[in-house]
Amino acid sequence: MGSKQRGLKLVARYPVLIAAFILFFISQAHALEVRREIAPGRLTVLQVERHNLPVVRITLLIKASPLNEPADKAGVAYLTSKLLDEGTARRSSSDISSEVEFLGASLDASANSDFSSLSLSVLKKDIEKGFDLFSDVLLNPSFKQEELARKKELLKGVLRQKEEDPAFVAEKTFIKEVFGSHPYGRLVEGSIESIDKITRDDIVRFYRSNYLPDNAILSVVGDLTPRELDSLLQKYLSGWSKRQHAPVAGGTSESTASGTATPAGGKTVLVNKDITQATIILGGLGISRSNPDYYAAQVMNYILGGGGFASRLMKTVRDEMGLTYSINSAFIGNKEPGQFEVEVQTKNESSGAVINEIVKEMRLIQREPVTDQELSDAKAYLTGSFPRRLETSRRIADFLAARQFYNLGDDYIEKYPEYINKVTKEDIMRVAAKYLTPADYKLVIVGNEKKLDLKSVDKR
Amino acid sequence: MFYIFIAVSLLVPSVSYALSLTSSTKEFTLKNGLKVIVVEDHKAPLATFQIWYRVGSMNESSGSTGMSHLLEHMMFKGTPKYGSKQFSNIIQRNGGTDNAFTTKDYTTYFQSLASDRIGLSIELEADRMNNLLLAPKEFESEKKVVREERRMRYEDDPQSALYEDVVSTAFKAHSYHWPVIGWMSDIAAIGRDDLRKYYREHYSPDNAYIVIAGDVNPGAVLEKVQKEFGAIAPVKRGKSTITAEPAQQGERRIYLRKEAELPYVLIAYHVPNFPHNDNFALDVLSAILSDGRSSRLYKGLVYEKRLALNASAEYNNLYKDPFLFTLGATAAPGKNIETVEKALYDEVDRIKKDLPSEREVQKAKNQIEASFIFAQDSNYSRALYTGMFEMMGGWRLMDTYLEGIRKVKPEDVQAAALKYLNDDNKTVGILVPIKAGVKSGK
Repeated sequence: MGSKQRGLKLVARYPVLIAAFILFFISQAHALEVRREIAPGRLTVLQVERHNLPVVRITLLIKASPLNEPADKAGVAYLTSKLLDEGTARRSSSDISSEVEFLGASLDASANSDFSSLSLSVLKKDIEKGFDLFSDVLLNPSFKQEELARKKELLKGVLRQKEEDPAFVAEKTFIKEVFGSHPYGRLVEGSIESIDKITRDDIVRFYRSNYLPDNAILSVVGDLTPRELDSLLQKYLSGWSKRQHAPVAGGTSESTASGTATPAGGKTVLVNKDITQATIILGGLGISRSNPDYYAAQVMNYILGGGGFASRLMKTVRDEMGLTYSINSAFIGNKEPGQFEVEVQTKNESSGAVINEIVKEMRLIQREPVTDQELSDAKAYLTGSFPRRLETSRRIADFLAARQFYNLGDDYIEKYPEYINKVTKEDIMRVAAKYLTPADYKLVIVGNEKKLDLKSVDKR
Repeated sequence: MFYIFIAVSLLVPSVSYALSLTSSTKEFTLKNGLKVIVVEDHKAPLATFQIWYRVGSMNESSGSTGMSHLLEHMMFKGTPKYGSKQFSNIIQRNGGTDNAFTTKDYTTYFQSLASDRIGLSIELEADRMNNLLLAPKEFESEKKVVREERRMRYEDDPQSALYEDVVSTAFKAHSYHWPVIGWMSDIAAIGRDDLRKYYREHYSPDNAYIVIAGDVNPGAVLEKVQKEFGAIAPVKRGKSTITAEPAQQGERRIYLRKEAELPYVLIAYHVPNFPHNDNFALDVLSAILSDGRSSRLYKGLVYEKRLALNASAEYNNLYKDPFLFTLGATAAPGKNIETVEKALYDEVDRIKKDLPSEREVQKAKNQIEASFIFAQDSNYSRALYTGMFEMMGGWRLMDTYLEGIRKVKPEDVQAAALKYLNDDNKTVGILVPIKAGVKSGK
């Protein structure tokens, strides 16, 4: 078996309901007791004690992402995160991986559209050693030239291999159409061309400007008392607060994002591949996480295409028509307005029929009120599923950091049911009319050009 | 009492981290043969329900491959009491999530929800164990859905397509030969009456077991299980014979030419399954080769030689019949796949020639043990591990498993590599990329 769930080739009935709910942590009865403190250097620290298992999860969120990088250096945020554990002042890349893995622990760094993160899962008995490694890669990364070159080469190769995945190609093409030159319009990893341009100076500058305690949130959950945590922070992270960086030109912790450059009007992009099935993404600009319409949009989306078998798109396109295995829709509520999208796979020949059905459902939810049953089912799921999303230490730690980052409020868990329950049928029609804009959608099709049947596609 | 009570309480001293993974597990068996395993965990008011049927693609025959998986799909298509998709709708309306998966060996259905709703799972699963509709219209539509699923998972995913080819080349006689999802023409050809017969034969209380993990009271859930499942009769089924795979005597090599970006190699060796004595050394061997960035394959092929984008070893041990140990790697751009293949063998040969160090073996053991501990945080994972070990002979084997791992010595790892990772025992698959993609804007 080993650390991944090996030895199990599964074929499941439908893709699990995940993607749509990036920040959908929901709860009812059991509120979390969260301890909050501001550590030296103005680092926000959030802690929840859990003693069910001898394990600790640490998630550090750094407010640094493609939103903070220059467009011609796309990928610098991601690359910086990926180089943290490739060598420090006193440890080589191999020292770090072999020390972490000897503990059976995992240390991961990454970046997404809105932030970077460094996280550690470790057994309680190894917490001291774990904290030592965690703070070393955070505070003393060496960004060696040789490691940078190696990582760039690897990343470029990985980006190339991902082109084999039609869903990856479709998403990459779609965000470019929706966001234009805005950072959300490109891959977090950057492109093969932009990665080539990144130098060690770019990485060091980005790190120095962004990896600062007052620009970060530390969330610690598991078998650790506040006293134990304080002593670890004192021992391993107090050096962080003392660090004083001179402002560096070119790197900034402020967003460099330009205004969204979405050309108005619909557009269709076709990517030809010799495959049996077309991957189709249809949608446009959505809303930010802080938009007051966020909750109404989530309820509407659940009914339209986010709710698995409860959704209308699944009912029609899969259950009734038998034209797909997987169809779903999502509003990605990011720091800045993200996208609304419907994604589906169907054999090349039925692409036109599926696209028409999606547009029909989008128009329907704009024009006619949802039923009482649909509304109450959606609310029951969204509110009732919250506690499950806070089941493990890992999930709780990641949730707390994100809650803080998106300013959802300390009472978010208690307030969430109210946010959902006050959504009305009128709200749903209103947000559908405002954000679905079927006449103006971007449509991306990755499929076999010769077999696609698009003649019947609705003229908009 | 309608059931046999076999409570197990292992008194484990809590001083060490060598904790028992099964100390809060109890099992009961109803008169009709249905076993119920309860893993109590009161950390949060949540629970997972799983029902495991001892039927998978290994039980199928040529011409109707994919039947187990198609049946799994149809299990969501309604009974007289709850119409099509009502199952999922009811679970979701109660804040829960549900799904299912089919493997070569078994078919598992699960729901995760608030623990006070666990009765719903029990009621709904009992209903569909015995009363499935298999309506003609739904059946035809779902066959199309499964063919779409096959296109997505295999036809258009070059590395998965190669995996399917390699497995079917490694197994010539045993029914592990065909993929779980089935061959395309079989999915289209399966008849509704055949499926109904298959359902009647395999879906019965004596051919299944339930695992419930989470914040539940064993007595209360058992009472509910007895109420809902107690009246379902066991099925007398004849002893079916699964063809044994004869020992391989010589390398098999295949090529797959398909739209892809980069070449990929997948090598499969026949190996014994758990609880064979060599299981533990093989698992440690796979961790040494492939678990993490300090593993041999990553360090050798990806980091140092920069030949591959990824490289992995996988020991598929929790299979009912002996399955495969695989090595795989995606060539880095510009690198030759033959060089990559050779580099994989070089890493295995190093282990055959020089004993791995005590520390390296200990690292692998620590990784395996820690992964079991981390998995305990989730009800779903706890139930999954419990269920998989039950399938392998009994859930208590989970503790045996870790005891076996702890005993592995460097010599055992070397001996396992020497014994199984041989040329005559291997099937090699190479993905040869073909490209046709052109982009056009409209």
